Amino acid sequence: MTGVRNALRVALRNGKLVAGLAVVLALLLTALVVPATIAYGPNEYVGPAAAPPSAEYWFGTTTFGQDVFAQFAYGLRATFLVGLLGGGLAAVIGMAVGFTAGYRGGLVDEILNMITNIVLVLPALVVLLIVNAYLGVRDVGVQALFIGLTSWPWAARAIRAQTLSLRSRDFVDLARLSGMRTPGIIVREIAPNMSSYLFMTFILLFGGSILIAASLDFIGLGPSQGVSLGLMLNNAARWSALHLGMWWWFVPPGAGITAVVGSLYVVNVGLDEVFNPKLREM
Amino acid sequence: MLRLDGVSKIYRAGPFGGRELRAVSGVGFEVNAGEVVSLIGESGSGKSTIGRMVLRLASVTEGTITFDGEDVSAIRSPKAYYRQVQGVFQDPFSGFNPIFAADRVFEMIRREYFPRVSRAAWRERVESALAGVRLDPGQVLGRYPHQLSGGQLQRMLIARALLLDIRLLVADEIISMLDASTRVDVLNLLADLRSRGLGVLFVTHDLSLGTYVSDRTVVLRRGRIAEMGPTERVFGDPLHPYTRTLLDSVPRLHVKWAERRDEERAGRTVCPFHDRAPGTPVRGDLAEPEKDHHVACAGPGACPAAEEPEFRQPSAKERV
Ligand SMILES: Nc1ncnc2c1ncn2[C@@H]1O[C@H](COP(=O)(O)OP(=O)(O)OP(=O)(O)O)[C@@H](O)[C@H]1O
Ligand SMILES: [Mg+2]
Repeated sequence: MTGVRNALRVALRNGKLVAGLAVVLALLLTALVVPATIAYGPNEYVGPAAAPPSAEYWFGTTTFGQDVFAQFAYGLRATFLVGLLGGGLAAVIGMAVGFTAGYRGGLVDEILNMITNIVLVLPALVVLLIVNAYLGVRDVGVQALFIGLTSWPWAARAIRAQTLSLRSRDFVDLARLSGMRTPGIIVREIAPNMSSYLFMTFILLFGGSILIAASLDFIGLGPSQGVSLGLMLNNAARWSALHLGMWWWFVPPGAGITAVVGSLYVVNVGLDEVFNPKLREM
Repeated sequence: MLRLDGVSKIYRAGPFGGRELRAVSGVGFEVNAGEVVSLIGESGSGKSTIGRMVLRLASVTEGTITFDGEDVSAIRSPKAYYRQVQGVFQDPFSGFNPIFAADRVFEMIRREYFPRVSRAAWRERVESALAGVRLDPGQVLGRYPHQLSGGQLQRMLIARALLLDIRLLVADEIISMLDASTRVDVLNLLADLRSRGLGVLFVTHDLSLGTYVSDRTVVLRRGRIAEMGPTERVFGDPLHPYTRTLLDSVPRLHVKWAERRDEERAGRTVCPFHDRAPGTPVRGDLAEPEKDHHVACAGPGACPAAEEPEFRQPSAKERV
């Protein structure tokens, strides 16, 4: 118990961790709360066309008179959702495969490695085209499921490599000699050793999912309903916002994606310092 | 108590286990209660591998290892086995999880084996175990591994093993990290535990102080036993040329066989296995020229018979 409290104290004293978390939480709060306070939908034509930011429309309006701030808030929600679901699913699969392959080794490793490599070289885009033709991607959930199922291989490989190097350390054998079983050893001895690494993997998967989702939106394979930061960016590009000098159309979604991924990265650096007692002292 | 019979270990490496490395070949010996058996050999001779097989950390490729007559590889409950058989490893730094305080190794024992012992009572036990290895609890408890010295960590691992009521200890190079005075303390502790019935498999690569606490000695060379027997016989009257080379590296020790070596220099080297006296009992690759003192062929270079085609040395494939 004192260990947990100690770790918390150290964590709260870390500037990067606190700052990064603050930004992520602020954005998350925006995504969760703001849509409920706006009376109209994100795609409704509510204001004057192509108006710059004002007191009424904080982020201005699009060429068609849609409220950019409303789109931003809803888009942020979709972005968090696709990142969380897609990145989370990929992380779960990657960890399960990576830990098992790295710890068990031998034939299990060979087989899992083969599967990983097959998924890795699978042309995800082609598969998605086929899936889309037959089923159609209607909402963010289906999109996240697809992203999660195709983007785990590099994470599995990275986790496998880390596990492999940790498994041969004597403390794993010592845990075994202390009567611990394999799942316990992975969870209590190996995973904590790479917790910041796992977190970074999750961040990269999270950010990756967001970026993949945005590019899928662009080529028309995105969810047919709703709005996302990626969709906003691509609408802005399609209607030449850059040439028309409508910076308020593309800056918010671009900054939103950057802020989410960037602040998570800062959190990760802070966590690394908290987790690693050697780094803490330097 | 512990018995190895024709134990071999082949490591498989490369894609789909294509390459083989024979680390241990046909090793057999016993460790009885209250007995210290030292396992000596050069680096890479397979000493740690034998220790790891005894501790069930590596699988046995051929042969059997039994503890109290029960096959170790087939044990149902490893937990009960580890309550009686413990190990201390070669590299103390690697034995500790770097992100946790070092005393976690004690806590792990409490969590797995003595969950009902109160924290205060457990702390008392830990402190007395630490005192046994001459560590000041205040200096080591609550510290991270990188804040402690190799010798302190090594002694903590010994203390950890003593928290369980063990009957056999596999001690892999436990004194090489320690300074001379601590070394004596740890060896005295081992001698004390031995008198209370603890069996020790004492792995070492040099003939340091450690061999003096041992009752029996097994000399290992390239995964095979070169010579084994009571320590005073093996060192007092070494039969195998390799044992002599080992002893040669410790200047103070060559007392008895100095004269004999001069004789040998005059003539050709005698192979203790192939040039044995008629009627010497032989079991497998080992001859028994005197009771309980076993010796293998001197090997290529030293024994003409070893060059003959029917003499089976590890093939090129096995050696890799
Ligand atoms: N996990 C492994 N995979 C493949 N080969 C191994 C493995 N562990 C050990 N070996 C090989 O087995 C042989 C014996 O190794 P071992 O660690 O038992 O030697 P050792 O006698 O303990 O040496 P040292 O005195 O240096 O500790 C070596 O050639 C080593 O390279
Ligand atoms: Mg070794």
